[in-house]
Amino acid sequence: MSATTYAGVEVRLNDEGFFEDPTVWTPEMAVEMARADGITELTDQHWTVLDFMRKEFFEKGTGPTVRVLGKASGVSVKDLYQLFPKGPAKMAARLAGIPKPKGCI
Amino acid sequence: MTKRIVILGGGTGGTLTANRLHRHFRHHRSEHQPVEIVVVDQDNHHVYQPGLLFVPFGLAHQQEIVRPRHEQLHHDIEFVEAGIDRVDLQRDTVVLETGRELAYDVLVVATGTTLALDETEGLTGPGWNEKVFTFYDLAGATALEAALADFQGGRLVVNVVDMPIKCPVAPLEFCFLADWYFTERGIRDQVHITYATPLDGAFTKPVASAALGSLLEEKGIHMVTEFNTGEVSMDDVGGAGKLIGYDGREVPFELAVVVPLHNGAAYIGRSEGLGDDLNFVPTDQRTLQAKAKSNVFALGDATNVPTSKAGSVTHFEGEVLVDNIVRYLDHEPLDDSYDGHANCFIETGFGKALLIDFNYETEPLPGHFPAAVGMPLLKESRMNHLGKLMFQWVYWHALLQGRDIPGIGADMPRRGKNQPQTTEKETTR
Repeated sequence: MSATTYAGVEVRLNDEGFFEDPTVWTPEMAVEMARADGITELTDQHWTVLDFMRKEFFEKGTGPTVRVLGKASGVSVKDLYQLFPKGPAKMAARLAGIPKPKGCI
Repeated sequence: MTKRIVILGGGTGGTLTANRLHRHFRHHRSEHQPVEIVVVDQDNHHVYQPGLLFVPFGLAHQQEIVRPRHEQLHHDIEFVEAGIDRVDLQRDTVVLETGRELAYDVLVVATGTTLALDETEGLTGPGWNEKVFTFYDLAGATALEAALADFQGGRLVVNVVDMPIKCPVAPLEFCFLADWYFTERGIRDQVHITYATPLDGAFTKPVASAALGSLLEEKGIHMVTEFNTGEVSMDDVGGAGKLIGYDGREVPFELAVVVPLHNGAAYIGRSEGLGDDLNFVPTDQRTLQAKAKSNVFALGDATNVPTSKAGSVTHFEGEVLVDNIVRYLDHEPLDDSYDGHANCFIETGFGKALLIDFNYETEPLPGHFPAAVGMPLLKESRMNHLGKLMFQWVYWHALLQGRDIPGIGADMPRRGKNQPQTTEKETTR
């Protein structure tokens, strides 16, 4: 576990860089994290995905997989990889301030 | 008044549930209202699915692994051969494609998974069933047998498009058996085998992932991880092709064995409120009651519970499920004891196999099953291979009939397992 500062607020992160507490997240933090990941501007499509990630997490207790994102978020899997080149489910979950989506078993 | 239990699906889960329910109500006739059990399936071919792995290698044949569904059911159970149009949860009614309606008091969803071949670009395009195959259905496994026999060398790729899939160890077993098969044919040095997986290791759980990863390495099988297949493409000339990942990586092949995307059955998508985005049924992971409505239950591959989609899981779930259907009809609180228990043989070639045993909380660990003395866990042995072969007999004669299998209970045994020193860390992607 470590702590860092996003948008002027101290945030606790787990070993893999995911938020310990999703409720402290703000959109400004996502903008700052995205910039550090090489995404200079979060487009409407990025926000569609991030909003969907948070909605799913708070409803279901885990973030969606890439497949569910592709089916239900309104953004195709191909576009998801363009938007979040480091792997959509993981990268979008991190930017959305939610835990890493659980892998299927 | 007679209560009607309608079971959708006459595979492993549907059949063992029907037979278990029948036995329960026959033995406890005086304590209950009369019960009528109906099983619906779109066809009358019950496939022993663990056998599909062996078909491409000539080790099993269609006639040995397919039997009529109705013959696996007690003769007092009605079998209806018809496609399902939808479930109307409001009216507690199943609408069949023939237009017939089946009202139910309790519904059991046991329709497993459907292969979503058309959701991967190019998969069923040029080269399909010539250079690109799946062994996850009988037609594919049978076609692959001829292609493997003709294969004289080159790059063989075994690919999982994305999770969830049935029997997550089957693609690994395919790799191990391919290593054995080409060694037997004396051309192993001319076959380059690659396992391309969306996971970040060989398996979903760390201890087993490390053990199985080492085994792949020992057998000279190359692993490509975190590979999300976006497209399957055949070259214009030369008969080779490539898998193209969404991240732009390419895996070239002369022969591809692809495990396609899995969804729940299509009718679930047409049944308002029953399924999730992938047509799996949101289900309580301990009671197996569907989230949709209290008189709906689900088991096996059709559910979204966080354990493997495997026959052993379905078998263990069946015990709790049947108990809970009886409790539901008797207006008693449900039993919440299903622990996610799964138990799988992993064929590793050359007459050997591994065994893994795990549940929601405990990952597959080394040791012995079912206790300190027993079959070795997470370790290759001849005994495990014989166990896997013998299991087919157990499947048709005990498991489907809904009989308990001595020594293999629904709850995962803790004795005999070596606990790891470090805390468990889920493998994700």
